[in-house]
Amino acid sequence: MTKVNINVHQLTRVEGHGNIVLNARDGRIEELRWEVTESPRFFEVMMRGRYYEDVPHIASRICGICSIAHSTASIQATEAAFRISPSEQTLLLRKLLYNAEILESHVLHVLFLAAPDFLGVGSVFPLVETHKDVVLLALRLKRLAYNLAEVLAGRKTHPISCVVGGFAKLPGWSELEALRQRLEDARADFDTVVDLVKTLKIPDFVRETEYISLQDRKEYAYISGHIASSDAGLTPVEKYLEVTNEFCVPHSTAKYTRNQRDSYMVGALARFNNNHEQLSPRAQKVAEEIGLSAPCHNPFMITVAQLVESVDVVEDSISIIDRILSRGLQEEENTVRVRAGRGIGAVEAPRGILFHDYTYDMNGILLKANCIIPTNQNHNNIQNDMEVLVPQILSRPEDEIRQTLEMLVRAYDPCISCSAHFLNVSIRK
Amino acid sequence: MKPKIAFFDFTGCEGCQLDALNLDGDEILALLGAVDIVNFREVMTERKDNYDIAFIEGSITRQSEIARLQKIRERAKVLVALGACACIGGINCLKNHVPMEEALRAVYGEAAQYYDTIPARPADAVVPVDYYVRGCPPVHSELAKVIKALLVGRKPDIPNYPVCVECKMAGNICVFERGMYCLGPVTRAGCGAICVTSGRVCWGCRGLVDDPNLNSQKDILKKYGLTPDQIIEKFKIYDTCTEVIK
Repeated sequence: MTKVNINVHQLTRVEGHGNIVLNARDGRIEELRWEVTESPRFFEVMMRGRYYEDVPHIASRICGICSIAHSTASIQATEAAFRISPSEQTLLLRKLLYNAEILESHVLHVLFLAAPDFLGVGSVFPLVETHKDVVLLALRLKRLAYNLAEVLAGRKTHPISCVVGGFAKLPGWSELEALRQRLEDARADFDTVVDLVKTLKIPDFVRETEYISLQDRKEYAYISGHIASSDAGLTPVEKYLEVTNEFCVPHSTAKYTRNQRDSYMVGALARFNNNHEQLSPRAQKVAEEIGLSAPCHNPFMITVAQLVESVDVVEDSISIIDRILSRGLQEEENTVRVRAGRGIGAVEAPRGILFHDYTYDMNGILLKANCIIPTNQNHNNIQNDMEVLVPQILSRPEDEIRQTLEMLVRAYDPCISCSAHFLNVSIRK
Repeated sequence: MKPKIAFFDFTGCEGCQLDALNLDGDEILALLGAVDIVNFREVMTERKDNYDIAFIEGSITRQSEIARLQKIRERAKVLVALGACACIGGINCLKNHVPMEEALRAVYGEAAQYYDTIPARPADAVVPVDYYVRGCPPVHSELAKVIKALLVGRKPDIPNYPVCVECKMAGNICVFERGMYCLGPVTRAGCGAICVTSGRVCWGCRGLVDDPNLNSQKDILKKYGLTPDQIIEKFKIYDTCTEVIK
């Protein structure tokens, strides 16, 4: 009789707290679960009753990695409720700030959290001895993203200057010029990363699913456009509830989501599958070099898609800075007129599509908030991946099974602090 | 022997720990050379329960977290609260202003009864805390300063004067003069007045100075036609006002 008992309590190298449970006997799976155990956070309650100016400030603190995503979704939901259309200058600055978050988060995930799995170590720290150049390079890229956010919003974690209607402070001209140069220099660093990633052995696993992301005719979408499904085409952001369809499962109080099928995937691979044609030539070339082509149905390739996106946001950031430098920066009047109403903000957080849905009263006080977080949307897809993957690898040594499952969950780059602000806590009575 | 350092996360966004990786690369490597990091779930798989200095991130919001923090306190020689949630309770305390039953029902509906949740509190409401690295998030230079001071066994030198001092030094126009209001006059400095410098106001995330001049703050509010209620509502975001009311 062969028994496999895997209980990964508080998976490491992910943001937040989650467990993997697998019990199998004689090749038969008895129990297989991805559980989320984060403390409940009550953000909807915390934001309710607040004046609109404070709402993005609080929303940002849902998550320490994707604070710019939450802040931007919150600002856009508020602007939609007040029917404010931000200026072209604001949209350029907002996208540039957003790129900083995508870059920082992806570098963190690819090089600090995921890479140790492929190099056979438990964390990035031993790599300081064995791969010092790569660690320094990774810190340099993270620092670049940090400084980009710093110039635009005061800092990266919990940005300050980005507000409803615009920016409370404009970036300095010479700082933008200096950043442009550092972004150009980052191209060589990414060439090094690509060479490294090419040598990694990505687990060979395929499970097709539905891929959901934003899509915009004008650009590779992060903060604009409609909701695109690989199965069902476009849905306006205002009808996001028709796509997310939250539901409860009997064995836990976790709220899952589904659209056309039993589950769907959001994040870098979903964006790549839906929007790859809009990537810059340099990013497309990187995808080709590493062997990522759309449609890709291997969730372990999410990490590669993040690298491709990192290369792309560097190109996009250079081009935005060029546009700003050629058109100039003007101090703009930002008079926000509050009004009663509901507004939806949708952005692509580094790990997938994120919705903030707000209702304000006539005095600009938040009456009701609903936030649907990317990691919540992926939980069910992770579970379904595990159910297909485990029978394929069950005959392997237990350590290898455990590591493969950890790598699968980690590939999704789950951000559990976010997801648990809401509902995903699995309870056993 | 190098001191063993551990990081522990409680309820929060985990931004403080992750932001530590945004320190300057050379500085991180220098610090890594001087310490032995033995527990940092966010970025490493290995976990050891033998450590000298424990950094605590997040507020305490569950019964189970109280026991966990007490155990960490027993093991650590030095315990440092990292960030606003651990230092003063922080943003999680916003839920304390809503009756717990109501908060649970609003977010979790019928499932509310299964959740272990208690009013949010800072680390020092549960165990003695040796040092505080304040802010939401802490500023990089102060975090590095505190770690270095601990390594040489010196008490870190944290300002005990209000944000206004640094705000003046940064050359900012006072936000009260610009028709907004701010907690700078009573909030502990050390952040370089980063929020005002970035175009906003001080929300008090670093907590109060030891001996805040509350009468003077009231005079300022009066001068600009504001009431304490207005400012308390505005600034209960980090629970700083609970301290003021006390």
